[in-house]
Amino acid sequence: MNIPEDRRYTASHEWAKPEGNLIVVGISDFAQDSLGDVVFVELPEVGREVEAGEAVAVVESVKTASDIYAPVAGTVVEVNEALADEPELVNGDPYNAGWLFKIEPADASAYEKLLDAAGYAKVVEEES
Amino acid sequence: MKRDFPVIFERSRSGRRGTRPPRPPEVDLAGLLGAENLRSAPPRLPEVDELTVVRHYTNLSRRQVGVDTNFYPLGSCTMKYNPRVNEAAAALFTELHPYQDPETAQGALQIMYELQEYLAEITGMDAVTLQPAAGAHGELTGMLLIRVYHESRGEGEQRRVVLVPDSAHGSNPATASMAGYQVREVPSGPDGEVDLDALRAALGPEVAAIMLTNPNTLGLFERKILELIDAAHYQGVQLYYDGANLNAIMGWARPGDMGFDVVHLNLHKTFSTPHGGGGPGSGPVGAKAHLAPFLPVPTVKREGERYVLDFDRPQTIGRMRSFYGNFAVMVRAYTYIRMLGAEGLKKASAMAVLNANYLRKKLAEVGYKIPYDRLCKHEFIAQPPEGLKALDVAKALLDYGYHPPTVYFPLIVKEAMMIEPTETESKETLDEYVEVMAEIARRGLEDPEWIAHTPYHTPVRRLDEVAANRKPVLRWRPEEG
Ligand SMILES: Cc1ncc(COP(=O)(O)O)c(C=O)c1O
Repeated sequence: MNIPEDRRYTASHEWAKPEGNLIVVGISDFAQDSLGDVVFVELPEVGREVEAGEAVAVVESVKTASDIYAPVAGTVVEVNEALADEPELVNGDPYNAGWLFKIEPADASAYEKLLDAAGYAKVVEEES
Repeated sequence: MKRDFPVIFERSRSGRRGTRPPRPPEVDLAGLLGAENLRSAPPRLPEVDELTVVRHYTNLSRRQVGVDTNFYPLGSCTMKYNPRVNEAAAALFTELHPYQDPETAQGALQIMYELQEYLAEITGMDAVTLQPAAGAHGELTGMLLIRVYHESRGEGEQRRVVLVPDSAHGSNPATASMAGYQVREVPSGPDGEVDLDALRAALGPEVAAIMLTNPNTLGLFERKILELIDAAHYQGVQLYYDGANLNAIMGWARPGDMGFDVVHLNLHKTFSTPHGGGGPGSGPVGAKAHLAPFLPVPTVKREGERYVLDFDRPQTIGRMRSFYGNFAVMVRAYTYIRMLGAEGLKKASAMAVLNANYLRKKLAEVGYKIPYDRLCKHEFIAQPPEGLKALDVAKALLDYGYHPPTVYFPLIVKEAMMIEPTETESKETLDEYVEVMAEIARRGLEDPEWIAHTPYHTPVRRLDEVAANRKPVLRWRPEEG
């Protein structure tokens, strides 16, 4: 299972990666693999203020529909418009082209409290 | 798109016909109907002879797996046998018309009235509407009742949230959301039941309702239901009962007695009316007295010896369905209830529970995992042995002549296979099913290539589920030209 070390993770299988003063959010390789073929992604509205752990997006696959939680509190500033036509990007390239949304964090240090790659690898191990 | 079985329109040949209707007398149609209502071009109906029609639909039906031909343990759907006597009863009413004067349809109204009464008694509710056309439609009706109830008490603005357990059927959050509510998910505990502490923590003055099914979608009875409902009622929260699983408890326990305020039933599940690619369905809603004034119009009322349609309900949420709902389905359900009687319904639930528990034990013996291994109600969740996927087991079952179980639902169990045998299956059928499940597990583990490409003997093989979800073709269109 691919777990890049250049970012952090949540126990609910989101990844978060700093980009300037923003945090880019997506779902892990493990998450996309468990979901199966993604057929629809519902993204939050730009400008929405979110709490950490709040359900902000939905990824729907042929098997299931799954809530995506904000890893940190802040404001949604951009969403991945490409997913409207190509939701399969979440399966094919979960860590790059398949990103979901960007958050301007309320507290810049919140990112540091997320799981690092090794910590997340343990979560995955327990679940699989 | 290439298909190996044409639609009936593609069998059409200009001028071909099955019957010759009499020519209408020369009348001034434009004068009678208004010129703007006359067609200029004939409708595009298929032109086919009778034998073509018979063969077309007979052959289509032979490409199906249905409860009349195969064991169909599709969890949460209660695919019980649909007794033929129901059809005989429904056939008596084919000439009834909804615009008929109710005075000339007293028998039909009597059936509706009595069915309302029976369903109220079975669920422990005070009043019932038969209008909704399916379970999910009933859910929407019920949630709208709750909304206008809160509004009538001046709490409409305050109560914006509906709580739904994480094991819920997707139609619960969907209907809550359609009724204008925000949905908040409540986690299940390790025993598969709603986590009472988490639910207590989620309760508050902003909560309008909780939607639950009991037994829940894991087939488990919520043992803390009374405490849970008390805690919710204390905060002014309404309790919605999703009656999809009523087949587990008919005659043994009533949602009304548990404290629920509103329920929907799926006549097409519990009360043996056809569904699954057919239907139509029917999702009556029962309400306690405080919600009854809001029920859709019309309901059927008895006045002395007469039955009347009651439109005089000033607080009604309005109509949920044209005319009176799916009447022919009501006749079938009514017949089912009358044929079984109170004792029979009770026994049906007991047998449904017995069959489910028997299968649960037997499947565990042949290697399937049972994540919540305790007495279940009418259904249970199994998982394939390590190394197999629920989807592959489901596809392999088709080759053996079985309808697959529900898979990947409820969402909280990985590789879930939700199995509901119903009461109408014999021990022999269940034993043969267990043998086949054992063989699929054995063969699938020995030969992963084999199971990955099942089914081999069905009219169509593996379907492209991604394309079906992303670009569904729901309607045939003639090629232009
Ligand atoms: C638990 C549950 N609730 C609600 C429904 C919705 O019923 P319907 O399909 O009639 O709309 C279903 C149907 O499968 C169900 O299983």
